[in-house]
Amino acid sequence: MNDRILVATRKGLFTIRRGRGGAWEVAAADHLGDHLSMVLADPRDSSILAAFQHGHFGAKLTRSTDDGKTWQECAMPAFPEQPEGVEDIDPMSKNPISWSVARLWELTPGLADEPGVIWCGTLPGGLFRSPDGGDSWELNESLWNNPGRKRWFGGGAELPGMHSVCVDPRDKNHVYAGVSCGGVWETTDGGDNWSARADGMWASYMPPELKHDPLIQDPHRIVMCRDQPDHMWAQHHNAVFKSTDGAKTWQDVKTVTPWVFGFGVAVHPEDPNTAWFVPSESDEKRAPTDGRVCVARTRDGGETFEELRNGLPQKNAYDLTYRHALAIDETGNSLAFGTTTGSLWVSDDQGDSWTAVSEHLPPIDCVRFG
Amino acid sequence: MTRVTFTANIQRHVCCPPCEVAGATVREILDAVFAVNARARGYVLDEQGALRHHMVVFVDGDQIRDRVTLTDAVTADSEVYVMQALSGG
Repeated sequence: MNDRILVATRKGLFTIRRGRGGAWEVAAADHLGDHLSMVLADPRDSSILAAFQHGHFGAKLTRSTDDGKTWQECAMPAFPEQPEGVEDIDPMSKNPISWSVARLWELTPGLADEPGVIWCGTLPGGLFRSPDGGDSWELNESLWNNPGRKRWFGGGAELPGMHSVCVDPRDKNHVYAGVSCGGVWETTDGGDNWSARADGMWASYMPPELKHDPLIQDPHRIVMCRDQPDHMWAQHHNAVFKSTDGAKTWQDVKTVTPWVFGFGVAVHPEDPNTAWFVPSESDEKRAPTDGRVCVARTRDGGETFEELRNGLPQKNAYDLTYRHALAIDETGNSLAFGTTTGSLWVSDDQGDSWTAVSEHLPPIDCVRFG
Repeated sequence: MTRVTFTANIQRHVCCPPCEVAGATVREILDAVFAVNARARGYVLDEQGALRHHMVVFVDGDQIRDRVTLTDAVTADSEVYVMQALSGG
């Protein structure tokens, strides 16, 4: 059981711990005033990595090895010098894409037998790997130079961005990357070669001839079942998809209720058929219908869904949960989600009931156990 | 020598005391500053060497025109201010 939750917000990093009687409470507030876009508690050691999103001074990365008491600035992932004459244009907006890291959008640890290895996804859509816990970074040039990348385009973030990295627990060289808007990519050789893996996904925001194009899909978040890694779930812009064959094919889960739109998705670490979503009414109306917050759960691989509302506000609540702000712990029993209106709810019974830790935090970007 | 002053807001993240350096352009001036304060570079410039989107540089009261290659001229008597734009707040 994890007894700590880290919450990255628009105005600081908050540490949530179980207090007396087991109730979750805010235990610490660090970096107050600074925007944090991502946080990672490395399960292989005691370190915490936190990504700043400074409005003026750009993205930065910091690390603590003493449970948040002190922090040291790490190396930043950085793109190489953009070659003269090489055009990089967002195909949708036609705006130039600067080879400059605008946001650290994903931090994922490598496997237990490769301590120090961290994967980092960025805006624009770069994938970086650190072999030493963030002291140095290397751009995955194979994916960055893949002709398919030139088809990627920005969504709400304006730049295409890499938000999900899943490392196969059976094979450290088998890695997936999720891109908005650029689909799902797979490498089986540690990143030397990449293949698009979004077959079966479809995009309501494209004309019919491009609707099924794997390179323009907008999976908002990709997750992998720890104990059955061929089973993956995707909360997509206009659908929920699942794969049972390691992303070779994706199936449209049409039974999802109450709404199909959302960002966050979590899958039980042992049971691939159990997954959670925090939906909003629609792309156009990014809030729960009638102000009633809901978590959707399936226990049968998407055949049916339950609407979990016990402990969640059922009137006048307009919370939206971003893609990294729904988390599940290593046991699969505890979940937590945070919202853009500063609410943080935790469940210790797989979502059957929820408790508000706070409804007054700053806007929440990322929630993680560990 | 050209005097360079940094916004107070940056000091919380990286110490940038006022300093005097030699150079004929904003690029040369900032390169000279960052040669002895390497950590500050990434707070002011992106990895392509361009001025960050929400940073501004003034030379003798005028905002620089070339935010990418930083070719605006500087004299030994110039006062350079590296500030944050309100747009990034």
